[in-house]
Amino acid sequence: MLLALSGMAKRFGGVSALRNGTLAVKPGEVHLLMGENGAGKSTLMKIAAGMLKPDGGTFEWRGQRVSLSRPADAARLGIAMVHQESLLAPHLTVAENIYLGREASWRFQLPKILHAAARLIEEHRFPLQADWRVDRLSPAGRQMVEICRAIAHGSSLLIFDEPTSSLSNAETEQVFRIVGDLKKRGAGVIYITHRLEELRTIGDRVTVLRDGETVHTGDLADLSREELIRHMVGRELSAIYDREPLPPGGVALRVRGLSSPPFVKNVSFDLRSGEIVGLAGLVGAGRTELCRAIFGVDRALSGEVEVHGARFSARSPRDAREAGIALIPEDRGRHGLARLLPVAPNLSAASLDRLCRAGFVEAQRERALVETFVEKLRIRTAGSKQLAGRLSGGNQQKVVIGKWVARGAKVFLFDEPTRGIDVGAKAEVFRVMDSLAREGAAILMVSSELPELLGVADRILVMRQGEIAGELPRGSTQEEAMRLAV
Amino acid sequence: MIQRLLPFLFLIALFVALAIASPNFLTNTNLSSVVRQTAVINVMALGMTMVIIAGGIDLSVGSILAFGGLLGTMAIEKGAPIPAGVAVGVLAGGAWGFVNGLLTTQLKISPFIVTLGTLGIVRGITLIVSNGLPVHSLPSRFSFLGEGSLGGVPFVLWVLLVCAVSVHALLEHTKLGRHAFAIGSNPEAAYYTGIPVAFSTVAVYSLCGLLTGLAGMIEASRLMTGQPTAGQGYELQAIAAVVIGGGSLRGGEGTVVGTLIGAFIMGLLSNGSDLLGISPYVQQALIGAVIILAVTLDEIRKRKAV
Repeated sequence: MLLALSGMAKRFGGVSALRNGTLAVKPGEVHLLMGENGAGKSTLMKIAAGMLKPDGGTFEWRGQRVSLSRPADAARLGIAMVHQESLLAPHLTVAENIYLGREASWRFQLPKILHAAARLIEEHRFPLQADWRVDRLSPAGRQMVEICRAIAHGSSLLIFDEPTSSLSNAETEQVFRIVGDLKKRGAGVIYITHRLEELRTIGDRVTVLRDGETVHTGDLADLSREELIRHMVGRELSAIYDREPLPPGGVALRVRGLSSPPFVKNVSFDLRSGEIVGLAGLVGAGRTELCRAIFGVDRALSGEVEVHGARFSARSPRDAREAGIALIPEDRGRHGLARLLPVAPNLSAASLDRLCRAGFVEAQRERALVETFVEKLRIRTAGSKQLAGRLSGGNQQKVVIGKWVARGAKVFLFDEPTRGIDVGAKAEVFRVMDSLAREGAAILMVSSELPELLGVADRILVMRQGEIAGELPRGSTQEEAMRLAV
Repeated sequence: MIQRLLPFLFLIALFVALAIASPNFLTNTNLSSVVRQTAVINVMALGMTMVIIAGGIDLSVGSILAFGGLLGTMAIEKGAPIPAGVAVGVLAGGAWGFVNGLLTTQLKISPFIVTLGTLGIVRGITLIVSNGLPVHSLPSRFSFLGEGSLGGVPFVLWVLLVCAVSVHALLEHTKLGRHAFAIGSNPEAAYYTGIPVAFSTVAVYSLCGLLTGLAGMIEASRLMTGQPTAGQGYELQAIAAVVIGGGSLRGGEGTVVGTLIGAFIMGLLSNGSDLLGISPYVQQALIGAVIILAVTLDEIRKRKAV
């Protein structure tokens, strides 16, 4: 065994994040680490990377018991971690970032570093240049730099924390190719992921964590998708996606010839009450930009938007809110949530004008509103005073959705509502969407995960290069959607 | 909870220690003078609390204080009734706050830079308007604002109380206050939520300006002059009071009670040093150390929080 962790435990204050984490990785294997958010995956990996000290358990490296107290200790052993959130210095070049903190001498020799980085990039065929500045890179590019940095030092164990959650298909392919490369060279790879669809192509073995405990370890080939989900959530989840379609009502949102250059070109469609319409397409097809244009974040250049028959043009999200439109943004942490504020003000943030009398917030009405929607959306909190940023990803998403449900919005634009949240939370987000539709809301749902769109949506619009390339009825296949998208 | 109370406990401890160490401390005259000395910084710090909660900063308050004080006393000198003169000073401060808010929101420049700029501009204009000379000929009744007493306590204490209660109510119980917290915590999310970010920000800076103008009138009343050079360095004291009281320069955090405690801690430190014969040089270093200590303790508390 390359790495053997057993009986790992870690507490944060009164909360036990990890109780019995066990994981063994062989050289030359890709080991998947799965589990719902809050299952303890990240905690276990931070222990492996020397970022956290465990409260109990044994840590063996190549058969020897070791104890790590800082990330540098892990680096010395040959353990490197690719982080989900970028930990790069944005003003420095790709090359400088790769070698940051690992400079060989006190002298800073840029040409040498550039040369070394260029060789590394070439060897692994990364789509990067050594002298590019990191702040000019897309999220995918930054992820590539993180990976470069991790493999630059001949590491024998690499930990990938959900590297593909923000990448397009082509970029995901690149990551998989690099993982395959590393495996061939005899390195061990631990890969944390939520995307069931992408597992089979790269994984050898899998370890599943649930509630801070390892509940399953074994070969991936022996495990069906349903078994895997059962291990993760501890119950049957046969029908995450299935929903009964409703007879659609009147047109709630009517978009005609909407253009918001350069990403949205002449888009027209209708959205009816009680409908969930999927919006598929490749990354960069203009789906997010279409939502932003309707919601008034980006100014639309031309076109007409009607909400329940009334002409409307949003110059700001405020106008959209007044018209009854809600946007659940793709980047939850940046655009959706005040992470440092408690749950309660986050939930009431879009409804304050309705809770006010002469500018004063009526505390009782606000409390009632918060209680109602914490319950309605089943938000799991330690109380309405808990900081929103400390909730799990799924519950954070429910707070963002709840803010708009509380507002009583009638048209919902969900932009990648299930990104980065676990299977159980996805099911709950779909349940909320379904009940909104049943109450007469019209829903547009952007998602990059086709199986999820095909399962949930009543019909699917496919965007390609800023235009609507076509529409698919319920029951279409992934192939049909892809044919329109590319 | 204990840690949240730390600044308060520190204030009490400081109070008790001074009462034991110096026989002159607990006298009516001395306590009144502490209140009067601290009132100016206190009133300014209340405005600063709002700005900092909304994720901003106002470095120009020292200059605005001088501008408000000067314009107000000039009006009184020209024969305006005293309340009208005070109103002139307050509104003059509010006008500059409004300008600060407009510049940060419309030019989209960081408030640190904008108010660093207006710090110079406002001071310059104050010196030009006054020709560098203080306003002296003021009616003696004008001293009531800063030096008078009502119901046995300094009149400024009532003024401070009214301001503090108003700002507290504004922050905790009004839409504007809640918007300020939301904007300070995450301005982009606030915009996506349909909160009028620019309007609220301008409102907060304007209110800070109004309070600063009032502080300028209190200062002028205490000195019985309108000094164009008044208030230099006050911005740092006001910011320090907010920060000692648990406000965060990253925005989204701060309380009125905390700020008051912060200002009084600094007031007592300075008064105590005077009473105990500690040199003003040591005083400055002492206050600096307290700022770092307070923020360190607060950071530790936040790291442990849920």
